[in-house]
Amino acid sequence: MKHLTLDIILNSLREVGSTVLYIFLSTVLIELLVYFLWEPLSALSRSIDRALSFLGRTVRYAISAILIVAAVVFVVAMVSPGQEPSSWAGYWPLPGVAFLIGLFVSPAAVTIFSPRLRLPYMLLVPAVVGLSLLVVYPLLWELNVSFTNLSPKHFRSPDFVGLQNYIEVFTRPILKQITFTPLFLRTILWTAVNVVFHVSGGMGLALLLNRKMKLRGLYRALLVFPWAIPQPVACLAWRGEFHFEYGFANIVLQRLGLAPIQWMSNPTWNFIAMCITNIWLGIPFMMVIILGGLQSIAGEFYEAAEIDGASGWQQFTNITLPLLRPILTPAIILGTVWTFTNFNVPFFINQNELETSDTLVTALFRSAFQYFNLGDAAAFAFVNFALLLIFSIIYIRVTGGLKGATE
Amino acid sequence: MTITASAPRKRSAWQHFFNSSGRGDSPFKRLLIHLALIVSCAIAVYPVLRIVSVSLRPGDRLLSTSLAIVPEDATLQAYKTVLWEKEFLVWIWNSALITTATASIGLILAATSAYAFSRWRFPGRKPGLIFLLSTQMLPAPMMMVPIYILATKLGLTHTYRGLVLAYSVTTVPFSIWMLKGYYDTIPRELEDAALIDGASPLVSFWRIILPLSTPALAIVFLFNFMSAWSDYLFARVMIASETRLWTWVLGVRDFQSQFQTQWGFFSAASVMVAIPVMALFLYSSKWLISGLTLGSVKG
Repeated sequence: MKHLTLDIILNSLREVGSTVLYIFLSTVLIELLVYFLWEPLSALSRSIDRALSFLGRTVRYAISAILIVAAVVFVVAMVSPGQEPSSWAGYWPLPGVAFLIGLFVSPAAVTIFSPRLRLPYMLLVPAVVGLSLLVVYPLLWELNVSFTNLSPKHFRSPDFVGLQNYIEVFTRPILKQITFTPLFLRTILWTAVNVVFHVSGGMGLALLLNRKMKLRGLYRALLVFPWAIPQPVACLAWRGEFHFEYGFANIVLQRLGLAPIQWMSNPTWNFIAMCITNIWLGIPFMMVIILGGLQSIAGEFYEAAEIDGASGWQQFTNITLPLLRPILTPAIILGTVWTFTNFNVPFFINQNELETSDTLVTALFRSAFQYFNLGDAAAFAFVNFALLLIFSIIYIRVTGGLKGATE
Repeated sequence: MTITASAPRKRSAWQHFFNSSGRGDSPFKRLLIHLALIVSCAIAVYPVLRIVSVSLRPGDRLLSTSLAIVPEDATLQAYKTVLWEKEFLVWIWNSALITTATASIGLILAATSAYAFSRWRFPGRKPGLIFLLSTQMLPAPMMMVPIYILATKLGLTHTYRGLVLAYSVTTVPFSIWMLKGYYDTIPRELEDAALIDGASPLVSFWRIILPLSTPALAIVFLFNFMSAWSDYLFARVMIASETRLWTWVLGVRDFQSQFQTQWGFFSAASVMVAIPVMALFLYSSKWLISGLTLGSVKG
């Protein structure tokens, strides 16, 4: 057994500390670069703009778009999984130069590099670099992999297989038996059930709490408990409560004189167990959001409504709900997206690894990390992403929910 | 942002239920509301109390069908074992160190970028915001394979370096959205006054915006902290094979392996792991409501 010795403490401090220092130093370096290069770049963009003024704006946008798209395609092709970084390191300048030329040819370059925008771009640069390395680059890599048959068998030299992986997502089992359609339908059901309960439960509790009364602070603190527990702990604890013999659920059922339930091996009950756990976990977030929204509604609205003789239900549907909408819409979008992509609950509660309890996201994890069909998994991942994106776009369009937020 | 208590008038039961300020509530109504809240609180807290209860049981009676919260002959033996005979302290230290570092880095990255998004109009602003929102739709396992391979090529697996880099960035998109919404509610006149006095935008950011955004900053830090503190996926992929580096999630998960669960150890460790997060949560709960919703009210 290993104890926490001074040696261990110092070692880990050194490792984490040096990483933080590296991050800090590279940030400073990038900031200095942007700071000192901004004015030359600004001047350059203006002179290029003048030199190219004989070309029409449309032509310049077209040239710029072609060059930038070409650069991106080149990068996607280059970050191929089978190759070592050293083998393509020499080609990096090529897309870089194409990208830069494309950028400066575009008429937008003058606005991008205008002197007054130096500070905001300096503020953005650290996050942009971080997100490029840890989100954009992996995404491009994944996109490339989704067109290959990368797997342990073909790890060094994966073949390009075109759209085959994407077709197979819909035509072949994703895991051992389960195919795409049941997984998809189950995930929709899982998301719908959870979000409906989260929003209605959160709304009910928020309405109860939104009044002057004794013990209000205590109730609120206790009701937020499920949110404050680390998710893996909560999931594993709930899994214990669904144990056939010693779990809370079956003990109560037996004391009530009912038959115990096979929570872990019966597919339907396992799915219900997942839902119960996640509903319990998710209500506090909605409650807090809605409570904040309710507190921002002035009481005058209700007084006026009462004078007009509106009933409580009418007040709720005509005052509370419309005024809550700016808060509810983004909260519901986020709640839906987070439930759809929730990994912990379906993964941990599903102790026996029933394929009938997998959602799209846990199936994705298993197909990548238990079956190692990396190419298939990548295509599957992009299908998931596309589904969620389409849903969100439709929802945002219909509700107009984020109109103000991007202004 | 005011709650105006309406004058007590004749109100129907429904009105009391759906409206604020329960001054005119009849005692019976109030009793019902308290009852409903007490039941909800019990549902929210009971599963947590069950963990505490199991952690207090003596080792030979871990599996029991008793529903009592404090078991007979309660003992702290499981805590002692976990603390002094398991590697629990090492795991906690690892987690705490990584989490604090990454939550701070993430907060700094998001706070500055959100300021740019909130106060300037620049080319790429709207696509940038939409890109940030769409990153929320990437399933987490999707990024695991590429990040793992990238980390392998850069020699970052089985080190904290990879974990620190990964955790610092994962919550940044959501944090930027939240903070941008919050900054938007702060009137520009405040900064304009400072600018007229000759302060640079950075100074007004530091002196005016940041102090006024304490609730949102606290909540963003809390979110960053919680997501890194309870992350399982990254830790499993990056450091699972090196027990020396384990964070508590991997350790606690190991207590509850598929075939034999060490219930006492699992529960005791869970209780100790939940305490720091809950303390942080309760401490920042006064900001929770304003920090989360003020931005979206305006947005």
